[in-house]
Amino acid sequence: MKAIGFKTRTVAASLAVSAIAIMASSFSATAQESQDPIKLTLHDWTGQLITTQIMGDVLQKAGYNVEYVQADYLAQFAGLETGDLDVAMEMWETTGREAMDAATATGKVENFGPTGMKAKEEWWYPSYMKEKCPGLPNWEALKDPACAEAFSTAETAPKGRYLGGPVTWGGFDDERVEALDLPFEVIHAGTDAALFAELESAYQRKAPILLWIYAPHWAPAKYEGEWVDFPEYTPECYNDPSWGINPDMAYDCGKPHGEIWKVGWAGVKDKWPGAYAAIKAFTINNDEMGKMITDVDLNGKTVEAVTDDWMAANEDRWMTWIGK
Amino acid sequence: MTDVPAASIGKPPASVMRHGAVALGIALAVFILFWKFGEDLAPWAFDYPKAQIVPAARWITQFTKWLINDATFGLFTFTDLTRFIAAVINFPYQLVLSLLETGVMSGRGSNAVQYLPPVSWIAVTAIVTLMGLYAGGRRLAVIVALCFLFLAVFGQWSSAMVTLASILVAVPLGVVGGLLLGIGAYRWRWLERALLPVLDLMQTIPVFAYLVPILFLFGFGATAAVVATLIYAMPPMTRVTMLALRQVPPDVRDLGNMIGCTRHQMTWRVLVPSAKDSLLVGMNQVIMLSLNMVIIASMIGAGGLGFDVLAALRRLDFGAGLESGFAIVALAIALDRLSQAFANRTAKPVPETKPRGFVARHPYLLAALVFVVITGVAGLFFPAIQAYPEGLQLSTGTFWSRVVEWINVNFFDALEAFKNALLLNVLIPFKRFLLGLPWAGVVAFLAVAGWVLRGPGLALLVAGLTFLIAATGQWEKAMITTYLCGISVLFASLIGVPIGIAAAEKDRLWRVVQVAIDTLQTLPSFVYLMPAVMLFRVGDFTAMIAVVAYSIVPAIRYSVLGIQRVDPRLVEAGKAMGCTEWQLLTRIKLKLAMPEIMLGLNQTIMFALSMLVITALVGTRDLGQEVYIALTKADPGRGLVAGLAVAFIAIVSDRLISAGAARTRARLGIAEEVR
Repeated sequence: MKAIGFKTRTVAASLAVSAIAIMASSFSATAQESQDPIKLTLHDWTGQLITTQIMGDVLQKAGYNVEYVQADYLAQFAGLETGDLDVAMEMWETTGREAMDAATATGKVENFGPTGMKAKEEWWYPSYMKEKCPGLPNWEALKDPACAEAFSTAETAPKGRYLGGPVTWGGFDDERVEALDLPFEVIHAGTDAALFAELESAYQRKAPILLWIYAPHWAPAKYEGEWVDFPEYTPECYNDPSWGINPDMAYDCGKPHGEIWKVGWAGVKDKWPGAYAAIKAFTINNDEMGKMITDVDLNGKTVEAVTDDWMAANEDRWMTWIGK
Repeated sequence: MTDVPAASIGKPPASVMRHGAVALGIALAVFILFWKFGEDLAPWAFDYPKAQIVPAARWITQFTKWLINDATFGLFTFTDLTRFIAAVINFPYQLVLSLLETGVMSGRGSNAVQYLPPVSWIAVTAIVTLMGLYAGGRRLAVIVALCFLFLAVFGQWSSAMVTLASILVAVPLGVVGGLLLGIGAYRWRWLERALLPVLDLMQTIPVFAYLVPILFLFGFGATAAVVATLIYAMPPMTRVTMLALRQVPPDVRDLGNMIGCTRHQMTWRVLVPSAKDSLLVGMNQVIMLSLNMVIIASMIGAGGLGFDVLAALRRLDFGAGLESGFAIVALAIALDRLSQAFANRTAKPVPETKPRGFVARHPYLLAALVFVVITGVAGLFFPAIQAYPEGLQLSTGTFWSRVVEWINVNFFDALEAFKNALLLNVLIPFKRFLLGLPWAGVVAFLAVAGWVLRGPGLALLVAGLTFLIAATGQWEKAMITTYLCGISVLFASLIGVPIGIAAAEKDRLWRVVQVAIDTLQTLPSFVYLMPAVMLFRVGDFTAMIAVVAYSIVPAIRYSVLGIQRVDPRLVEAGKAMGCTEWQLLTRIKLKLAMPEIMLGLNQTIMFALSMLVITALVGTRDLGQEVYIALTKADPGRGLVAGLAVAFIAIVSDRLISAGAARTRARLGIAEEVR
């Protein structure tokens, strides 16, 4: 409820309060810009709620009218193209690239630049698995049949079981297993909730598990574990078979670390030029975000409380975004 | 008529039956031979040749692009029309929402100023309680009040009001629309013929498949969610209306004719009231299915409880997910019981009342108004009256997470062993079997079955649809879908029909079962899907659990309905002839209830297919996943083609089952007109 109460309360309670506050504060800079609400989309993970709330707070301080709309991460592009929605604060290079490219190709959606956060995605295991597979985190340890067996289940034995992300995430894990000749079978989780449900289950029983984890997220903070060290990603690795350890196949390396982008309706620039500049200027880093996500998801604070703290502590930073 | 023992009504000549059976037997033998030895002779019959695949997905994508961007009626474009419809739906929605949740506002977004607060939680609870008292007496009032108190006490109030607002708009539209379509189809044969396949499509194409075009056409937000809900929730109402009207006893219709009813009077004064019981089942379905769409609706901007469930499960907070999930159930129960009570009430003759004062005539209305005004004013001074105080909210906290953890730590191995046994001995062999079948052989065999069961028309339809699945390159995924649904429907029927039979005649048991199935149908499957993943890992087994849990509902409901409708005089006659209880059940009740039980099976299949997209969320590789991928890639063509394949499977099974049921009926001599 903590994270959730916030959106309705934003609509109901804080509207009345903030409206008065804003009218009093900064009318001047943006008086000539549209007072239509700028619609920011909310998805269903905490980090995105925090990012969006901060952006919304900053825009309100600059005198803009802000509205939060719940929308599905990928289905939202339908709204961003028509201008039904205006800004989406987190579009991950690693999972949203294709939909984003398709949308920007129409010319109706614009990439507002990086958020400053880097998406890290890789194979991950809990620390207790190191006893059974001492060579980790070096990826070559996974080639050892005994190690693979330690990660196996009845269905995959003697091969190890690697729980990949939903097929919609892409990620080339099937190709990676083949290119690096790993004795593993890739099982795809259907959703990210299912992915972490399996991790929670295994962690409670101290059972073997090897799976796809991404950050910023609460999981690396809650569970003790490490990322597997694969050969560093380069674009050539994915495009050029001759690059890397396996001369005949691509994907013989780790996953790319991607930017997390801000995207939005292309009309924002003309309708709210000042807000457009502020959105483009917005940056935040992984550590800050990781701390805030942990506060909300594990320490039980509300999203609002966490973002209010951030706003208070970083006033000089966001003042420059809105040009004051 | 009703006194005639069922079995003595004319049987078809035995020779016809025998010919059919022989033809099916031969077809089966040829099919098995071909399956075993045909792979070398005709490899194309096993793997549909890639070069011949029809690029239907591309065509559909181009068509939707045209529809969205270029289609025009001259004066206005197609998108203008849909946006206009959206605005029409949006008006009542905003009205209800402002009453229940946001308050009356001026302006938009964060600049909006609230003129009037929403109706306070005390007043809303009081109003629904009064409605319960008015329509169903004290018992109902208590149930409804408890449901709404649950929302307040567990901190779900404001989300629940958002959800309630969209339900209050979607359900009346769905009930009225479904009823009108059903009456139309009853009256005009051609409309029924046109409507039946459309209904199947509406109910079985997964919502995700048409979500992207809907968002483009109707805009982003609650309106698009209402439209999607209507498409999904209306068909059962239409179906039940058609069935119910047809089952109105002929004497009632004759009576109507005798006293000289006009066509209009016949429909609204005679047929609809006599079919009321079945129509109520339909309305119940609309409410339940609308609430079932809450999760998907929240993904496209409806917000409310569905969003809370999704967000809670993303952080594996099972307790919070369960609380929000049960808030949906509480809403469902309250709405369902209230609507049934109201429907029952209006059917009673209204006693003549002498003209009295306004106050005396409208005690409930006045009491409600008083509550709204008093709590509204008092709420300005005492916030606890306006919104339930946060300090008094309850939460199960980490309790449920710890329950799941306890089961996980202590019983995982036993559950795993059970799961593996079932997987290895039942699920996987069945899957392999289906995947090994030659598509061409399946098409031919189904055609023969259709021919034998009804005639060349059905044969052509069944063969055509099955061929289209192969021709669009989806055979393998369609077979996995068939396997998953088939297994789930089997389990759901095995569990559901006996429960229905047992509950039909024991009122108290039926009441308990009713709460259980209402819960199953409205509790978002996500709530139990994630704990199931923890205990059974991702994969087919977990998916099967979800599908069975959901599709068992119609299996139970229709069995109960069927048995309860058996004419008591026939049962009496059976008793007089000295039948044992078992004979009464198997020889009379079950046989007479067969049409409803078959309709239930039909609905079980439809429900199972409609859960497909959800199964994709736990990693199955069927058509549901194809639809889900298409959604994430914003590819309407790919999604709709996969969605249509799901619908084709549903239609094929539906038509074959109906034809089979009709034959069985004919053989048993139960004409539909018996009652």
